[in-house]
Amino acid sequence: MRALALGLRILAREWRSGELGVLLLALVVAVSALTGVGLLVDRVNRAMLREASEVLGADLRLQSPRELPEAYLAEARSRGLATSRTRALLSVVLHGDATQLANLYAVAPGYPLRGVVRVASTPFGAPQATRQIPARGEAWPDSRLLAALGANVGEQISIGAQVFTVARVLISRPDQGSGFVDLAPTLLLNEADLPATRLIQPGSRVSYAALFAGEGDRSAVFSRWLEAHKLPGERLRDLREASPEVGNASTRAAKFLSLASLASVLLCAVAVAMTARRYVQRHLDIVALLKTLGVTENFALLLSLSQLVVIACMATLIGSVLGYMAQHYLLRALQGLLSSDLPPPGLAPLGIGFATALLLLIGFALPPIVQLSQVPAIRILRRDTGPPRLAMILAFGPAVASIVLLILWVTGEAWLALWFSLALALIIVLLGGAGWLLVRLAGSLRGRVGVAWRYGLANLARRRMESVVQIIAFGLGLTALLLLAVIRGDLITSWRASLPLTAPNYFFVNIPPEDREAFSGFLTAHGGQVSRMLPMIRARLIAINGEAIGKRHFEGPRGEGFAQREQNLSWSAELGEGNQITAGHWFTPAETGKPLVSVATDFQSSLGLKLGDRLRFDIAGETYEVRISSFRSVKWDSLQPNFFLMFPPGLLEATAGTYMTSAQYKPTEPRAVADLVRRFPSVSVFDMEDLLAQVRSIIDKAVLAVQSVFVFTLLAGLTVLLAAVQASREERRYESAMLRTLGARGSVVLQGVLVEFAAIGLLSGLLAALIASSCGFLVASRLLDVPYTPDPLLWLLGVGTGVTLVCVAGYLATRSAIRQPPLGILRQG
Amino acid sequence: MDRNSVLKAADLTRKVSSPEGTLTIVESVQLEIAAGETVALVGASGAGKSTLLALLAGLDRPTSGRVWLAGVDITDLTEDARAQLRAERVGFVFQAFHLLPSLTALENVMLPLELAGRSDAREAALAMLKRVGLGSRSGHYPRQLSGGEQQRVALARATVMRPTVLFADEPTGNLDTATGEAICQLLFELNAEAGTTLVLVTHDTQLAARCARRLTMSAGRLV
Repeated sequence: MRALALGLRILAREWRSGELGVLLLALVVAVSALTGVGLLVDRVNRAMLREASEVLGADLRLQSPRELPEAYLAEARSRGLATSRTRALLSVVLHGDATQLANLYAVAPGYPLRGVVRVASTPFGAPQATRQIPARGEAWPDSRLLAALGANVGEQISIGAQVFTVARVLISRPDQGSGFVDLAPTLLLNEADLPATRLIQPGSRVSYAALFAGEGDRSAVFSRWLEAHKLPGERLRDLREASPEVGNASTRAAKFLSLASLASVLLCAVAVAMTARRYVQRHLDIVALLKTLGVTENFALLLSLSQLVVIACMATLIGSVLGYMAQHYLLRALQGLLSSDLPPPGLAPLGIGFATALLLLIGFALPPIVQLSQVPAIRILRRDTGPPRLAMILAFGPAVASIVLLILWVTGEAWLALWFSLALALIIVLLGGAGWLLVRLAGSLRGRVGVAWRYGLANLARRRMESVVQIIAFGLGLTALLLLAVIRGDLITSWRASLPLTAPNYFFVNIPPEDREAFSGFLTAHGGQVSRMLPMIRARLIAINGEAIGKRHFEGPRGEGFAQREQNLSWSAELGEGNQITAGHWFTPAETGKPLVSVATDFQSSLGLKLGDRLRFDIAGETYEVRISSFRSVKWDSLQPNFFLMFPPGLLEATAGTYMTSAQYKPTEPRAVADLVRRFPSVSVFDMEDLLAQVRSIIDKAVLAVQSVFVFTLLAGLTVLLAAVQASREERRYESAMLRTLGARGSVVLQGVLVEFAAIGLLSGLLAALIASSCGFLVASRLLDVPYTPDPLLWLLGVGTGVTLVCVAGYLATRSAIRQPPLGILRQG
Repeated sequence: MDRNSVLKAADLTRKVSSPEGTLTIVESVQLEIAAGETVALVGASGAGKSTLLALLAGLDRPTSGRVWLAGVDITDLTEDARAQLRAERVGFVFQAFHLLPSLTALENVMLPLELAGRSDAREAALAMLKRVGLGSRSGHYPRQLSGGEQQRVALARATVMRPTVLFADEPTGNLDTATGEAICQLLFELNAEAGTTLVLVTHDTQLAARCARRLTMSAGRLV
């Protein structure tokens, strides 16, 4: 107790000398980075937990791209289960001249069977649960849709051939999927209104679902009946597999953010280690003196420990408050991307904050502090007596252990933790090597520059290890920020720029066969350049070479996806622009009506197909088996209508289908598109610019969130810098005093210091820009196959930010040291 | 051991290993100091004075030989037991003052009292500061005090616990003659008031002359 009380008193007194500030700062940055992201992740997890039971809106959910037989529902009702239906399709919603693609969700009475729909009376208003569904003639659009249309509650909007009144604003529905929401905004309407919109035509892309819920084991029993009776294309989902892919995506995103925040924590650990070393150096005499006053080793240890615990508590408090604010800001940055009604965070992440602070202190500050308590009293008389050396295992063991613990804890998976550690080590080695080279290079320049410059560069070279550590710490933060900037802006822009100006900018699907001529005519008359029109038939791949698809094993998730999902088939006599045969030959006139198929190379490689393989498809219940007669490479980014699977004419004409096409179309007036939609209500219009803007907005939001997390990394880098400056403070004071005693003006000393910091900033900025643009280049050329345009702004930004931040922080930290009158410093020795 | 002696060394030897081989810094020292005595250790630089002081005060362990402090054989005591003994019986004054820079003058003097858990630490420390003539400067930090003032604070800190033995290592070594003289005066006054045994290491012949007994060291031996 006495140690604690005295420790606190000494801590309070030490605080006045401002020495422990850097240690606290490092811990605060670490705690706020982890708690900020931790709180957000906690909220997303809670939302997913809450939604897991409601995510289906039912106990069982049968989904199909085709209308589900009424017999299922009748059977369920006869077994005492509650039932309902939903249909979802994409269509354009109009309000005056404003148009917006929306996800129409038509529901039958009883929906949802589990969970509740939340609505509000104004966009983004306070949510209220409701047990009703939209009345006939009513539409419940969500806030995003209303905002996009510029519409208000009580106004009229049209969907297809029907006009609806906006009655309420949809805030959430149970089966919307958790976390990340769909690309298109949503609108809820009554199922009974759907026919009047005339949106559903044969071959329209509609997702049908039947919902079932029952008490006790009725659902489970019915589930077995359904499994036995359902058709192959129908997918049954129950609570066991209710964690949807979107949920996985948000878990993965959350994990990524956590790992990003971990980078800052690790940098903070470096700062803690540096500060602790400095703390020990500064306290050797003090502890020795205390020992002459009769303090025992344990008491000295307790004294330091109580100080550490208090600092950890303070850091937790401040860091948690900042982390909470950061979480709030992150959520706002992600608005529209994460569902807006996340439950409030729990208290657990605050515990994480304290544990982080404590873990960092135990791992990085405890060993030197234990060492400090062992300093012998004799040091007070013989300055060269230091504390006994720590065994390697004691010096580095806790540090390595605490880092491994932190990584394991955040990743939650041993393998991921291992990969993350390896990747981190690689980056550090790379940055470290490059930093070391640059420092050497700078050191070799010093013979050719003036006195202030030489002094600065000499400092850089003399404290080489510290300089490299600072460059790594700072460069890491800058790299992350710049890399995201590259991915955010450049890639979309350069892809957009690689498209010819005449590339189609609109896609139209669900064109009824009988409207083909009229539709093309309409567009052409309004100045559009219509690409070829291709039929579109939905089908399922059921077997390859006679082997059922469910029994086959595919390499990689892409092949799995191709095999499982609904396929779009088309037929044509012409090969089409942007297609090139890579094997076999295109259909000859003689092959009209033959059971053949031409397969795109992407599809071929994902499924591992060869020429002559037999593919069996289920098209609306009828089975077709065809032989692969050719492979094609397709230039998808020409934005011409193209399909993975092309058939010869004369084979599929009998199957019901719709047509699709694309067009280069610049509407002369805004109402032109609205007119088109009114004239052809079943046609879905996709505006490439809109889609691109939406994709860009999603990427922007995600990037902004990740960048905000990496701001912590930059802050952590700054903390390392401060710790390094703090460690060299005494030396700097002495040097500055010496230089001024020798007649150097204060401005020369200042210049020297600034040169040193500017060099550190410059080197880390250069390194960051180099790494970011090489990564950008690799991503562009290897991953996305778009031309990479080097951006000089990136280098300017990297170097500019680096130099400015490091100089300002360095100047502020050394200012007092170089300003003190030389006499006092020299006398103090 | 004489009932009256507070400090005794028997055949005290201290060797250290260095790159040039083993050095004998203190060799076969026999010494007995009675309660209330004032003793000056003098000799050339490197003669081993400070090491002998450290051995006598229990700051360092001898290579061979024994030391008794306040009637206790401290030679084989653990580090903690020696610390305990120091807390109760020993005071130190150093050449470089060794005040804690982050504490005020008053707080520095309070430190040993606080360590002993004394509830009247503040009052006792303030009284002591007044005694050394710094009552008005109790709130000042060491860097705001002159060298002489700092050494007064150190003297107050060393004597506030009324130790049995006060060790001083070149107490005037960092001070100019006049200030050194004043500190010297104060040191002897405090010593007389408390009846403390004083052992000091010094180069200052005037200071040495004021001690009742002078021991000269040369090459690690008392001569």
